[in-house]
Amino acid sequence: MGAHPTAAAPPRPSSLLGGPAGVITVGILLAIAVLLPVLNLAVPPSSALHVPTWALALVGKYLCYALLALSIDLIWGYCGILSLGHGAFFALGGYAMGMHLMREIGPRGVYKNPELPDFMVFLNWQELPWYWHGFDSFAFACLMVVLVPGLLAFVFGWFAFRSRVTGVYLSIISQAMTFAFMLAFFRNDMGFGGNNGLTDFKDVLGFDLQADTTRAALLALSALAVAAAFVVCRFIVTSRLGKVLIAVRDAESRVRFLGYPVASYKLFVFTVSGVMAGIAGALYVPQVGIINPSEFAPANSIEIVIWVAVGGRGTLYGAILGAFAVNYAKSFLTGAIPELWLFALGALFIGVTLFLPKGICGSLPRLRGRRRPPPETTAVARGPLADVPGAQP
Amino acid sequence: MFKRAIRAGSMALVTVLWVLAALAAARPAAAADLAASLDQLARGDFAAKGAAVEAIAGSGHERAEAILQALIDGQLAQVPATGQLVITAASGSVLRLIDPISGAGVSEAERGAVAPITINNRLRAAIRGALGSLTLLSADADRRRAAADAVFRARDGAVVPILETAIARETSDRVRARLERALSALRAVNPALPAADRIRAIERLAASPDQEVGSLLAGVVAGEADAAVRAAAEEALKRVEARLALWGAVGGLFQGLSLGSVLLLAAVGLAITFGVMGVINMAHGEIMMLGAYTTFVIQEWIRTNAPHLFDYSLAFAIPTAFVVAGGVGILIERGVIRFLYGRPLETLLATWGVSLILQQTVRTIFGPNNREVGNPSWMSGAIEVVGGLTLTYNRIWIIVFSLIVFALLMVLIARSSFGLQMRAVTQNRRMAASMGIRTGYVDALTFGLGSGIAGIAGVALSQIDNVSPNLGQSYIIDSFMVVVFGGVGNLWGTLVGAFSLGIVNKVLEPYAGAVLGKILVLVAIILFIQKRPRGLFALKGRAVEN
Repeated sequence: MGAHPTAAAPPRPSSLLGGPAGVITVGILLAIAVLLPVLNLAVPPSSALHVPTWALALVGKYLCYALLALSIDLIWGYCGILSLGHGAFFALGGYAMGMHLMREIGPRGVYKNPELPDFMVFLNWQELPWYWHGFDSFAFACLMVVLVPGLLAFVFGWFAFRSRVTGVYLSIISQAMTFAFMLAFFRNDMGFGGNNGLTDFKDVLGFDLQADTTRAALLALSALAVAAAFVVCRFIVTSRLGKVLIAVRDAESRVRFLGYPVASYKLFVFTVSGVMAGIAGALYVPQVGIINPSEFAPANSIEIVIWVAVGGRGTLYGAILGAFAVNYAKSFLTGAIPELWLFALGALFIGVTLFLPKGICGSLPRLRGRRRPPPETTAVARGPLADVPGAQP
Repeated sequence: MFKRAIRAGSMALVTVLWVLAALAAARPAAAADLAASLDQLARGDFAAKGAAVEAIAGSGHERAEAILQALIDGQLAQVPATGQLVITAASGSVLRLIDPISGAGVSEAERGAVAPITINNRLRAAIRGALGSLTLLSADADRRRAAADAVFRARDGAVVPILETAIARETSDRVRARLERALSALRAVNPALPAADRIRAIERLAASPDQEVGSLLAGVVAGEADAAVRAAAEEALKRVEARLALWGAVGGLFQGLSLGSVLLLAAVGLAITFGVMGVINMAHGEIMMLGAYTTFVIQEWIRTNAPHLFDYSLAFAIPTAFVVAGGVGILIERGVIRFLYGRPLETLLATWGVSLILQQTVRTIFGPNNREVGNPSWMSGAIEVVGGLTLTYNRIWIIVFSLIVFALLMVLIARSSFGLQMRAVTQNRRMAASMGIRTGYVDALTFGLGSGIAGIAGVALSQIDNVSPNLGQSYIIDSFMVVVFGGVGNLWGTLVGAFSLGIVNKVLEPYAGAVLGKILVLVAIILFIQKRPRGLFALKGRAVEN
């Protein structure tokens, strides 16, 4: 793994984005952010170029998934941490945003209670639980969207990485974590709406959530968030810190023996990833209009991983592509032939791991034309070593 | 069909007995009295209705039970035009009207053309008690027993004479105990009796403590005017509660053992594959599901072709499930996992894909709903150890079964040459390979063995849980937790892990609730892993480090 020529030099924009593929990715995301809202709002419905509102909602949802996939790719593709519990961070971010949206409903709920959300009135609660205080402020909710998943990721990672829980052990306990959250949020006593979760949102910051303009704005915001996250991830993985992360992925003990505090590196990237997942959840909730405990289901978290695997781990733009491709296939199949979807998803898991270990983006020949692929892609090409037990203590 | 015949027969017997009893008591089964009570039911307020219910129950008339039953079912109604009382029975779109006293059909009426006699909760309790007393003399021991318990709950002093008659005639010791318990309860709460009698009754109640006795005594303690009786009740309540707490703990322990045995069966196969190959098989739960469905198919076959063999269905199901599940396991190993050695995370994803496919296949073939798998007769029912503690036979058998499976597995691993090779590969794959062990072959067989045991676990699960395509999902995380907690490569760890998790789960349940208890256990395991990343019984030495 030779030093990349640009690693030491101040990064030029195109190298920060990772060459043409990165430029194209960011370009497409920006185009989505600008074009889709324009085509929806400014072009009359009779025109062939008009984008219907349901398509906005769908693309907006996919963008949130793409952000979630990026957060997985950052830790799995570049640091070898396979988290099967990232749905928990996503859902916690979603719940934080959902709590704000619940507070914004105010007295317009079914029970017309200005203080309590409907489900609390239904459960005969007399006053707002302490942890709901502050969520009437949008700024506070946004802070919590970042803080809660970030803190959880930090605490979980601190425990796990400090005691060198790696490989499948980490995968399993992260899965147990999200499972525990799911059980907890299903309880009515938790004060998060139990089974039904939080729903019936009316508006955000005074804008009607059902209005086309609000949907378009949320879509644009999501696209910009994915683009920004892509740039941040690129920045992290091309920095010196990123080099250490890749080294940890490929040979953790050697990096430790070289004197690097492996746990701190992992903890940093895991926390960043958790925060990204939380933001994805916060963007997701206003667009789909509901958040409930099934988002914590372990199966959901594993599905995120397959998006990344399909797109190609360790490429970042592959994660975005994978999230779109798999979720489009899911929307299509569950609509057309529902019983086929699980077969297709299962076959995807098996097929990708057996025949396409580098994913679509890793396997497409010479995507970048004459440019030499950056080192992290070559490292992925070495594939198996990344997970050989011998490479990990 | 058969059951109905028995019920009809017992009804006839009851009727005959009642007639005899009525004759023996030389009480004229006066239809006139009954008519007067019915009239009172139709016109009176709730207090009058209560008196009427008592009168009907005490009349000894052969139709008393039917009338009271109709009353509590809302089928006793009044024809507004004539004021006549009738029992209504739905027959197609109209109601058939039956004369309450003669039991003969009278006429038919439109729905809504008759006004049902209204009752309130207090009356409903009184009727239940009265019905209980009427069945106290039933020929069927189970019905007498149920009636005794109904009387105990209703606490209606009017049935004391019937109760005493019933006790005198009772032939079964177990039923007599229930009858005496009911009588003691009635005496204990009867303020008209002398305090000494009541205290004796309380003492007798406390000698056979259960939940209901506890609440009865608590009621006496709370509402009793007589200080001596209250003191006796208080003291008795304390003893009852202590016993109940003890039995609650024993019951919890049993529940925990039962859960632990299920976890053991589910996790031991996982532990083997994980220990030997370092592979987490996410399809393990679905392989258990296959075992459960194998049991279902075999039972269906036996039901249609050889019903007399039904009690032996599990004897066929266990080997078949082992072969089916083991075969599927070997297929998975040869078809998927073989290509992914050295990449445990990818294996995890691929086997997850396998699990989705298996799940959907079963859903397509058998449908998404629960399938009914029956208990053979020797596994159904329960044994009542003492008053408050019953243990179900299926759970007892599963505990025994899991220990047998575990013991056989230990013998296989410790004594057979295959076991020796397996241990060698677990401890040091490269060294084992250089000693001439065909590690690929051992892997395939090990995976087959682990999956086969999962299939057997599925047979056991089919006896206590719903057989549905989601069966595997609900056990997979728990099984992982057991393996991770117990430590890899050591089956004793799995045993200890399974039973300790099962018991802790069930012991926490009464205090924290089922869900919160489970969450606490999960969190505890996550924290435990930080302390001992390789589990309770970790393999030691250099081999572990790679």
